[in-house]
Amino acid sequence: MRSMTLNEIQDEIIDDFELFDEWMDKYNYLIELGNQLEPLNPKHKNNEYLIEGCQSKVWLHAELDNGSVKFTADSDAIITKGIVALLVKVMSGRKPEEIKDADLYFIDRIGLKENLSPTRSNGLLAMMKQMKLYGLAFFVRDE
Amino acid sequence: MFDIEKIRKDFPILQKKVYGNSLIYLDNGATSQKPRAVIEKISSFYSYSNSSIHRGVHFLSEQATAEFESARNRVKEFINAEQNHEIIFTAGTTASINSVAFSFGEKYIKAGDEIILTEMEHHANIVPWQMLCDRKGCKLKIVPINDNGDLLLDGFEKMFTPKTRILAMTHVSNALGTINPVKEMIKTAHANNVPVMVDGAQSVQHGVVDVRDLDCDFFVFSGHKIYGPTGIGVLYGKEKWLEEMPPYQGGGDMIKNVTFEKTIYNDLPFKFEAGTINYVGAIGLAAALDYLSETGREEIEEYESELSGYANKRLSEVEGLKFYGTSANKISILSFLIEGIHQYDAGMIIDKLGIAVRTGTHCAQPVMDHFGIDGTIRASLAFYNTKEEIDRLYDALLKVKQMLG
Repeated sequence: MRSMTLNEIQDEIIDDFELFDEWMDKYNYLIELGNQLEPLNPKHKNNEYLIEGCQSKVWLHAELDNGSVKFTADSDAIITKGIVALLVKVMSGRKPEEIKDADLYFIDRIGLKENLSPTRSNGLLAMMKQMKLYGLAFFVRDE
Repeated sequence: MFDIEKIRKDFPILQKKVYGNSLIYLDNGATSQKPRAVIEKISSFYSYSNSSIHRGVHFLSEQATAEFESARNRVKEFINAEQNHEIIFTAGTTASINSVAFSFGEKYIKAGDEIILTEMEHHANIVPWQMLCDRKGCKLKIVPINDNGDLLLDGFEKMFTPKTRILAMTHVSNALGTINPVKEMIKTAHANNVPVMVDGAQSVQHGVVDVRDLDCDFFVFSGHKIYGPTGIGVLYGKEKWLEEMPPYQGGGDMIKNVTFEKTIYNDLPFKFEAGTINYVGAIGLAAALDYLSETGREEIEEYESELSGYANKRLSEVEGLKFYGTSANKISILSFLIEGIHQYDAGMIIDKLGIAVRTGTHCAQPVMDHFGIDGTIRASLAFYNTKEEIDRLYDALLKVKQMLG
């Protein structure tokens, strides 16, 4: 079976979220995703990997494994962590080139766009940028 | 009589629905909502009276100037200043503080001098003084707080030395709600020949402030937190200081005579009002002050105090809730956390229930550092809030606990 493309995973997430009419159901789902997120190695939960927002904090680690980028991440706020889990799901295990060129449209489509506002300062926007920078860095290194 | 139903009808935004719920606005510390009297005043001024002030000889300009100067008089009366020219219009509290830090600093501060602040200042009353320290080589001394959020005044008098030039402090803490004993502290400062700037951004809308009774040298506040428009603020300064201090910004209206060799500055208050000042903002602010006076400032204070007591009692019933800022002397600001729950998560859920609260550091990181926390949830109440709204906040917090606990 071929693995799903980055956009197919985004579309799947969009479909999943269409089941929810209520905000609280959406949040409950994000909380669940946050709780299920593969834990970040505790040695990476330090300032070197911290993406600081003034509302919540996000830690992001990336490594190249067999030509694919493996992302692990964490947040001190659980709803933020749920969105972090979605970003990891979409971006982790992909080739650097796909990551650097990724168009992350799913956040807007599942109604969480407000969480990516620069003024919200929860670390998510910076995390997205950081993921793509990692993609670019690994891509350039591999060239 | 204080008629809450009637008052709520004066604020159109309170009828709004958010995510299908009636809006409950508990973020008054950040900005307050506007009564119809203010909105209509601004609208009618732009519709029928707008003209630049202090410039034209024509009818509209004279009328606009008269209305603007009458707004200045209204502010003077509201804080009981002695003279109209001691009221300077600025863009807001931050602009007022920057103006004092720059102009006072230019005139009186040199390397090695000391400025006293408190641990509970908003960043707006820290950063301008740090910038002054960088320019001039002076240093900051900080009055500490205790775990109730009260200033620790045991060593206060000893902080003054012959090098102390100014005490700049908040009247009321925006993060904790503490009302500071400014009058006594001003006495101590004056006994040491040190002038005092009071940041009234969180105080002037909650009770009667009398700058002559306080005897403060400077008093600053924002229009938008006192039910007036944004982009207008007040810098009150005693005439003596304002006369001596150089202006902060240069431009039109603040001058008497300009040649390329030399500029003669205008008299007070114009010396500090360079460019086209936000005159519509000032006129809107005056309308807000009129509204407060008509509603009754003492009645507002009394109602808010009762509401605050009720909120304190109700929120205490939430298991695991801890208040930050438990001074006996507080305004209607409740800052708190629920054990094991991140303030941002709580804020996101509360928001979807139609309730506006603020989460985060409230631009007072040193206060958060004192308590070793990253932020709090802050409900800041105004006189248009009700006990029923507090009950809904209580229910929302139970929901937060159920989802995140």
